[in-house]
Amino acid sequence: MKEYTITVFSENDIGLLNEVTIVFSRRKINIESLTVSESEVKGVSRYTIVAFMDEKRVENVVRQIEKIIGVFKAFFFEADEIVHQEVALFKIANSPKLNGNLEALMRSKNAKILTVHPDFLVIEKVGYKAENQDLFNELEQFGVLQFARSGRVAVSCQQKEFTSYLKELSN
Amino acid sequence: MEIAAKIKNTNGMTKTIEKISGAEILVRSLIQEDVDTMFGYIGGAIMPVYDALYDYQDEMKQYMSRHEQGAMHSAQAYARISKKPGVCFTTSGPGATNVITGLADAYLDSTPMVVITGQVASGLLGTDAFQETNMVGLSMPVTKWNFQITRADEIAEVLAKAFYIARSGRPGPVLIDITKDAQIALADYEYKKCEGVRSYQPVPKVNQSEIEAAAAIINGAKKPLLLAGQGISLSGAEKELMEFVEKTQVPVACTLLGLSSFPTDHPLYVGMLGMHGNYGPNMNTNECDVLIAVGMRFDDRVTGDTAKYAKQAKIIHIDIDRSEHNKNIIVDVPVLADAKQALTELNKLVSGQEKAEWMKSFKDYYQLEFDKVIKKQAYADKENINMAEVIRLLSEQTNGEAILCTDVGQHQMTSARYYEFKRPNTQITSGGLGTMGFGLPAAIGAQIADMDATVVSVSGDGGFQMTLQELAVIKQYNLPVKTIVLNNSFLGMVRQWQDLFFEQRFSNTQLENPDFVKIVDGYGIKGKRVSRREDLDAAIKEMLETPGAFFLEVVVETECNVMPMIAPGAAVSDMRLE
Repeated sequence: MKEYTITVFSENDIGLLNEVTIVFSRRKINIESLTVSESEVKGVSRYTIVAFMDEKRVENVVRQIEKIIGVFKAFFFEADEIVHQEVALFKIANSPKLNGNLEALMRSKNAKILTVHPDFLVIEKVGYKAENQDLFNELEQFGVLQFARSGRVAVSCQQKEFTSYLKELSN
Repeated sequence: MEIAAKIKNTNGMTKTIEKISGAEILVRSLIQEDVDTMFGYIGGAIMPVYDALYDYQDEMKQYMSRHEQGAMHSAQAYARISKKPGVCFTTSGPGATNVITGLADAYLDSTPMVVITGQVASGLLGTDAFQETNMVGLSMPVTKWNFQITRADEIAEVLAKAFYIARSGRPGPVLIDITKDAQIALADYEYKKCEGVRSYQPVPKVNQSEIEAAAAIINGAKKPLLLAGQGISLSGAEKELMEFVEKTQVPVACTLLGLSSFPTDHPLYVGMLGMHGNYGPNMNTNECDVLIAVGMRFDDRVTGDTAKYAKQAKIIHIDIDRSEHNKNIIVDVPVLADAKQALTELNKLVSGQEKAEWMKSFKDYYQLEFDKVIKKQAYADKENINMAEVIRLLSEQTNGEAILCTDVGQHQMTSARYYEFKRPNTQITSGGLGTMGFGLPAAIGAQIADMDATVVSVSGDGGFQMTLQELAVIKQYNLPVKTIVLNNSFLGMVRQWQDLFFEQRFSNTQLENPDFVKIVDGYGIKGKRVSRREDLDAAIKEMLETPGAFFLEVVVETECNVMPMIAPGAAVSDMRLE
């Protein structure tokens, strides 16, 4: 089993997300993370899906996703073929003991404070999943009230850009 | 309740000046898509549409089944014979859930269908209203596309898209769920055919380098074998296949759904593939040097153990669906194309000599199969009638020219093995899903699609009882369907597996059956039962010569297995003859 990042481009239609996830669930493949939002083309959604799969199955899965009416294209990548990040938000209680300690940690972890309330503050960190996890572990000494992380977003190293596929399709 | 009566206007069917009801828009849209026949079952949430249909009885023949599953199988067979999408209407809730089996069957067997289910009013969606089921969610895994309409002004455009998707590329079923308020509301109507969907490329452009690579391998082949699937008939490539075969002298084997796409009396026809196919093509799959698969999907019933499937051969796989390439079998040359297009292109480049020794190996295998199996089954001399005898006689008496609709099980495999198909597109069976109860309603749909044809339904006593209520449709619409039930008082194929693989523990396979002839008589259909060999020939003759519908029950041997057989999980070349 290997970790794959699957990128899907589809119409922004009701039910398509369901159609895409059925391809995984019918083969009993768990989705580790899933991010869907508008791509560089208006009205076209971009999905970034992370899943562990057998090398032999990944292409079948991607072709079956591509077969769905409403899906333009689907691609699969191994870790070294993409640049990827996740966003993490941490809500921690505001208290005098943060002074000094927090700032040093923020610098060393390349994180930033988004907002400061009298009762709490919110920290943002963009990084690999493991880096965000690491910061969470460090912040626990101050008491983490909430920890929210996005799924992975990724761009590929070598890929014909999606817009050129879209042009081919409309020709 | 408002009545969706027909609006009188002189503008034809594509446009009206005044607003019309969603139900009427739906009916007019169907007419625009050349639909003149539909199947279905009325109920609460589809009543406005049926009310509109009341005014369109001249334009639209309407067949009412006795169960939605029956309506679906009839519509499927209608689609396969008429080569037009099958249209089926049902109400919401249970009416709608009853179409799921038919959708799954049509999806696996690539049958174009547009299925329209009524739905509760849009304001009630998601509230667990009476007879509400989430049909878009339920049907998603078994449809090529689906859509829920909640406004009358969406109907025409969605219907156009539904028909385009159902019939283009690799065909398949589409489900359209229409809320009751959308059927009743008034909207402007103008019909435009769908000419494309931007995310969907139904027919791939043929890649010449794939064709050339395939042709080079074919031209160098010494022991080639062509596997013809349903793609031949779906793309209407029977002639192109014949040209290819005669040019290259490549022997042809058919998958179950490929049967009848190549004439069984052709010298290069070598039989059926798969678990209960013929011995030669299965054994030689693991002997050939080039395997040319056209419009088939390497189903596990064809391949047996994929790790031991045609390992010695170069494999060319022509298919219109890219997701089929390298799905079950890794191939050397995938050709992404419609079967007809690919064969047309290949025919410009291929040639080949007669392969006498290779053909002899098929003949030798056939002789072996004849001596060990066919002689004993199709020309049986034991006390009880063998299923194979019935099919052989039926084949002889119909000259292999009937439309044969079969159910699922031993009788299906026996029909596929012993009916000598002479005409293209004359076998209707449930291949991928293996739906018991398919045969009888399928015969109804096939007959409606071709009223002049001799349509014969062959079922077992198990499957027949799953949809026998459809006999009422045969009677109500005076359809001359011939129905044969091969009665062995067992679920024969399951009994066979229990015999071979479960130490003869015949759990839940023995049936105490009703008097079928009496039941059929109750439906007002002539029927007959035979159990003696000497009466069989005359009974089949009587069935075929009696005008109108006829039912023939043949009591057949119970303890008989369909052979040869590739045991589940075994290699094709481990096929056993006894």
